[in-house]
Amino acid sequence: MTRLPDERGRFGQFGGRYVPETLMNALNELEEAYQKYSQDEEFQAELRHLLVKYSGRPTSLYYAERLSKHLGGAKVYLKREDLNHTGAHKINNTLGQGLLAKRMGKTKIIAETGAGQHGVASATVAALLGLECKVFMGEEDMKRQQLNVFRMQLLGTEVVPVMSGTRTLKDACNETLRYWVSNVDDTYYILGSVTGPHPYPMIVRDFQRIIGDEAREQILVEEGRLPDYVVAAVGGGSNAMGIFYPFVEDDSVKLIGVEAAGKGVETEEHAATMTKGRHGVFQGSMSYVLQDEYGQVQPAHSISAGLDYPGIGPEHAYLKDTGRAKYFPITDAEALEALQLLSRTEGIIPALESAHAIAQTIKLAPTLSNDEIVVVSLSGRGDKDVEAIMGYLGGNGNESH
Amino acid sequence: MNLIDAAFARVKEQGGTALIPYLTIGDPDLETSVQIIKKMEQVGADIIELGVPYSDPLADGPVIQRASERALAAKQVSILSVMNVAEQARAEGVKLPFILFTYFNPVLQLGLERFFELCLDKGISGLIIPDLPIEEDAEVREMAEEANIHLIPLVAPTSKERVARISSKARGFVYCVSSLGVTGVRSDFHSGIDEFLEDVRRSATVPIAVGFGISSRDQVERFAKQADGVIVGSAIVRKIEEVLPKLNSAAEREAALDEIGQFVGNLKIS
Repeated sequence: MTRLPDERGRFGQFGGRYVPETLMNALNELEEAYQKYSQDEEFQAELRHLLVKYSGRPTSLYYAERLSKHLGGAKVYLKREDLNHTGAHKINNTLGQGLLAKRMGKTKIIAETGAGQHGVASATVAALLGLECKVFMGEEDMKRQQLNVFRMQLLGTEVVPVMSGTRTLKDACNETLRYWVSNVDDTYYILGSVTGPHPYPMIVRDFQRIIGDEAREQILVEEGRLPDYVVAAVGGGSNAMGIFYPFVEDDSVKLIGVEAAGKGVETEEHAATMTKGRHGVFQGSMSYVLQDEYGQVQPAHSISAGLDYPGIGPEHAYLKDTGRAKYFPITDAEALEALQLLSRTEGIIPALESAHAIAQTIKLAPTLSNDEIVVVSLSGRGDKDVEAIMGYLGGNGNESH
Repeated sequence: MNLIDAAFARVKEQGGTALIPYLTIGDPDLETSVQIIKKMEQVGADIIELGVPYSDPLADGPVIQRASERALAAKQVSILSVMNVAEQARAEGVKLPFILFTYFNPVLQLGLERFFELCLDKGISGLIIPDLPIEEDAEVREMAEEANIHLIPLVAPTSKERVARISSKARGFVYCVSSLGVTGVRSDFHSGIDEFLEDVRRSATVPIAVGFGISSRDQVERFAKQADGVIVGSAIVRKIEEVLPKLNSAAEREAALDEIGQFVGNLKIS
């Protein structure tokens, strides 16, 4: 397999840099700096140190025995990214990019956030490294994730409400890019997913691949063999790309991405970019996009603010079109069911995003035999969602059915 | 000859600076856009930029974002209807060259072949695609050359060593971005603006025009000596926004169009 992206930032036909000219040199500088420091031993050692001592890596690969028995089929392992500092996989990337920003001599960082996890992870790293930080967040998401807004503020970050367009993640991304265009001289943009213009999809994947590298090593120790399936939720797709990437060349391992179907793919309210989208250019790269026939981007919907996004990373589009990965939609209702099942069988309350991956596993595992293995990326913990879930379930988990 | 080249030649002969106003088509509606275009021609515009409303206008500030939202909310305005406005304006006697200002995705979704057929058919002379840097424009550039439609590139103060590469390939004119940031009215420009414009001038084989943030006659005059043209966008769109209630009332519509005309006319240096 050739090394992707190519020198034009392409994964096959996907990717590229569709951004205003004002940003092109900043992207070139970023790419150069990244090429340099990704080979730099001192940089890698510093990152490694923070991942281990600060964030608590490696995260465990946990055999969910009670869930597996309940589902009756494959053995289900959970890659516990929820055990990271700040409660999700997002910190893997922000530590990497925060160090990169510092090496590049930038003193200010900006970030977009949907559910708030990437915002919190950016705010955390800003505090740790002594950088000034602004996080752009849709006004709608600020309401849904008040706890994370306050968390960022506690960490000394300014949360900038985004009032344009859908007032969710999509427009938070637009607004962050607009701010970056105006302040490109001294500001580093920590993009939170494997989306956007090259080199971001590559950089974020490389900082997140530690999820898959660890999982691959851990399952070989536990089971003496590779898993049959790797399952992960996709919004922009960073935790999925991170866990998929080290398995891409292992043909026996089936890669399953799980996207948010909201109220159902047959309705207007979903975020099922792979199932219902078409090829298009959105926020800097060519990929799959939810859009109308004339290329206007459609608002997405999901119970999970982190999956509520009408685009997806270009490398996922490549994995889909080459048939290497498959993508399935999971509805809000199915995700809520899965969240409760995992809570009750394993004592783990997953983030709503990760609950989508669990829901797909609930469908998949019973169709497999007892000697098959499924590794699921449990990308984040549910603490941030508890209030929202309480709203959906009427304050009583028992009355959800 | 491409109408844009002819327009710059004529302005140069007259010793003036080309005035290139922008409007978001469909704000408040398609028919009014046709009337505003006619008015702009009457008051001295030399080339007109027709903005395609888009759901995710990355390069635009709040004024043009709002205009896009209004246009998209009111009716199903698409890239096709913007081209139909060009055709309609031409049918009503407008002689000025039209430049389509559009983000790349609407072009891509039409399909490049169909897009260029339509451009020729509807009388579009130039294209500005703000999210299509030279690294990504090879296919579009080739088809544009073939159709004799000018693909007008943007250069920014941050372009530095890219300036020569971009300007030397430019067709129509080079669009010089006067300040870092998105479109919108501002009182000051990038500190290195004069050196930047000289730099572009050195490598360009076509006229150069300045845009982003120009809103007043004073600012137009400031650039008149250095550039062959000035682009005014947000200030005009804001003017249209200001007179929206009048535009929507039968009794005051003419007065509103006159007000827009007066504003645009005041920016013309002949």
